[in-house]
Amino acid sequence: MRGTSLFLLSVSATVLAGPMPAFAAWQPQKPIEFVATAGPGGGTDNLARAVQNIITKYKLTDQPIVVVNKGGGSGAEGYVYGKASAGDPYKVIFGTSNAWQQPLVSKVAFNYTDLTPIAAMAQDEFLLWVKQDAPYKTAGDYLKAAASGDFKMGGAQSKDTDEVLTRMIEKTGHVKLTYIPFKSGAEAAVQLAGGHLDSHVNNPSESLGQWRGGTQRPLCVFSPKHLPQGPKITATEGWGDVPTCVEQGLDIKQYEQPRTVWLPGKVTPEQAAYYVDLMKKVQATAEWKDYIEKTSQVDTFLTGAEFDKFIKEDLEHVKQVASEQGWLVK
Amino acid sequence: MDNLSELLHGFTIAVTVPHLALMVVGVLLGILVGVLPGLGAPNGVSLLLPLTFGMQPVSAIILLSSMYWGALFGGSVTSILFNIPGEPSSVATTFDGYPMARDGRPTTALATAFGSAAFGALVGVILITFLASWVAQVALAFGPAEYFAVYFLAFASFVGMGGAAPIKTVVALAIGFAIAAIGIDTVSGSVRLTMGIDELVKGVNFVVAVMGLFGIGELLVAVEEEFHARAVSSKIDWLEVFRAVGRLPRHSVALLRSAAIGCWMGITPGGPTAASFMSYGIGRRFSRRGRYFGTGEVEGIISPETADHAAGTSALLPMLSLGIPGSATAAVMMGGLMIWGLNPGPMLFVDQKDFVWGLIASMYVGNIVAVALVLLTVPVFAALMRIPFVVIAPLIVIICVVGAYSVSSSYLDVVMMLGFGVVGYLFKKLFYPLAPLVLAIVIGDKAEDAFRQSMLMSKGSLGIFFANKLVTCLVVAGIALLLLPLALQLFARIFRKPASIETTTQEKVII
Repeated sequence: MRGTSLFLLSVSATVLAGPMPAFAAWQPQKPIEFVATAGPGGGTDNLARAVQNIITKYKLTDQPIVVVNKGGGSGAEGYVYGKASAGDPYKVIFGTSNAWQQPLVSKVAFNYTDLTPIAAMAQDEFLLWVKQDAPYKTAGDYLKAAASGDFKMGGAQSKDTDEVLTRMIEKTGHVKLTYIPFKSGAEAAVQLAGGHLDSHVNNPSESLGQWRGGTQRPLCVFSPKHLPQGPKITATEGWGDVPTCVEQGLDIKQYEQPRTVWLPGKVTPEQAAYYVDLMKKVQATAEWKDYIEKTSQVDTFLTGAEFDKFIKEDLEHVKQVASEQGWLVK
Repeated sequence: MDNLSELLHGFTIAVTVPHLALMVVGVLLGILVGVLPGLGAPNGVSLLLPLTFGMQPVSAIILLSSMYWGALFGGSVTSILFNIPGEPSSVATTFDGYPMARDGRPTTALATAFGSAAFGALVGVILITFLASWVAQVALAFGPAEYFAVYFLAFASFVGMGGAAPIKTVVALAIGFAIAAIGIDTVSGSVRLTMGIDELVKGVNFVVAVMGLFGIGELLVAVEEEFHARAVSSKIDWLEVFRAVGRLPRHSVALLRSAAIGCWMGITPGGPTAASFMSYGIGRRFSRRGRYFGTGEVEGIISPETADHAAGTSALLPMLSLGIPGSATAAVMMGGLMIWGLNPGPMLFVDQKDFVWGLIASMYVGNIVAVALVLLTVPVFAALMRIPFVVIAPLIVIICVVGAYSVSSSYLDVVMMLGFGVVGYLFKKLFYPLAPLVLAIVIGDKAEDAFRQSMLMSKGSLGIFFANKLVTCLVVAGIALLLLPLALQLFARIFRKPASIETTTQEKVII
């Protein structure tokens, strides 16, 4: 009842107020499904659940929200589901850049153009990690040692962000690395701790515990400037103390993975605008800041033309790497 | 003992009225999600997770882990009563649990399963308490080659000891590997075997496969055999619960062996599923009554259940100390840890002593609460067997359909589940063993990934499987287990008249 009366109220308000922006009119009328394109416990799942939690806490909508996990096929399951739900504004898909990267390199049955982009809400940084007792102190030393040609680089999935970055390191640093794909960055981190790998390029949150525990350490961050300082991770260092890779002679200025939010295709602009607005409200809360800090991500909000531009640029870049490696699917 | 005083401190945190109440609530919820197939522990825990955000981390993890224990126990209930395993790790429990329940001894089967599961869990917790730091080191020694060797060992322990004709076991394994290969391949990133069905990119979910193969398959066989004629008369017999638990010490060898296998597989991150299968396979070879396995043997229940819970419990250790989730449920809990502001990893033991030891102490108490509660429910569950077949059969179909759908809200899963039902029926009719098929579906893709990762590392040389003592021992043990039956048959042929072998293999029970 409350939902209906609120709806009527807002409709009448719109009518009374006369020429208001049209998108204020649409309100959800039934439960909303958050589709995480990752298994329970992964970074994308954590984001979906954090957003759900904030919306519920601040009653940003009257409708209940359920989170479902569709992480099969490296997330393809969730995107295919989004494509199949065209026109349904009650399915919100949470993913990463693999929404546009995956269709380039494997024959999945979706493309990012099948979905309606809402926003990129947070950026995960990448760092170059080595085992704690490794002899090299800087990325330069690492590259020198890697020139021997039998360095093993671990990462999550194949032909995905981690491998793309690995190939970029190869090209920029003039080395050859053996890339070993694992199911997740967490697995790669454990393999590095055990000495089965020489390095990996995990996000901060994937290796935070390992760094604190003294099994591995970051050499440099693939970012134009140092990360925000934040609390100390080890006795002496925090994220802000990690040098940038450019400073250390590995000339890759920036490499980031955005956390992205989508609606299925063929929804109305009003519906899309409603969710853009909802996510903006989420981002303004203290809980969101807390989530960003705990997962060591960078707060960002790209939507509309900015988001499109970001996708286009990233796509061009990945396409170049993929074609050099012969990954592109015909 | 440093650890001991830490543990006692942990008990002062765990044994408080609010925490005990949380354990009871958690265990009861866990039994509920465990009994309802398709829901399962990972989903149950993720549903509960948002409720814990406002709680103290210790209270939150106690609630969630109690739910996990409850679900592990609950998962065995449907395996035993209806031949529908709710979790991959309780598949092996169906092999003897279901025949025993069908024989009119559901109370005995359930009580035996719960009793031995509790024993396994207890051994697992003791191991965590005293060997935490050592265990963490062992897990680190495992690279892709070692992982593959462990999976190989699990396959070998099962194949080498299978009752069915070896060629049929191999066929079943091969079909299982093919099913496991469906979807995106981790190593190459390409899509395999989706046969033009877009949705298959997610792969075949274990629950879907198993509910069809076991639940529906068994139902089809039962309908054909006019199973309803043999109504099961099971009295609500409280004494039998205690008698069954009281008889457990007679099987102390099986209990200890299975607990050892379970702990070992839990630490070397082989996981509870591989542990229960391996324990069952080894139990069949070494038990005096091994030849009757598959017909409702007590040790056929003890072996997988003890190993499953020992592994499930000790698998929490790598999660805490290394940040590797040993199971899907552990992965959800790890997500929880992060949200509560804790970082799993080696420093957890240093920074968050109250949390870690409170949790470990709660494992002791939580398992005791769980086994007490679950034993109380045995007569109630056993009474389900008295419901006539004409009522229970449609119920099983409904459970399977709802269960398959609820995995990822997909109709395709329901269709596949029914398809697997037909496959299960055909396997039974043609005397093909289901166990290797399921084993290959569950750990086939992991074994494949590990093998190909090893090959990438060694640039294609098989030498990596003999590169150090650990991996060499594992591989040699696997090969030995694989060849053991052949060698024994050879000996039998040499030293005895070569007549009796053919007939005995035919008579063996196909599971």
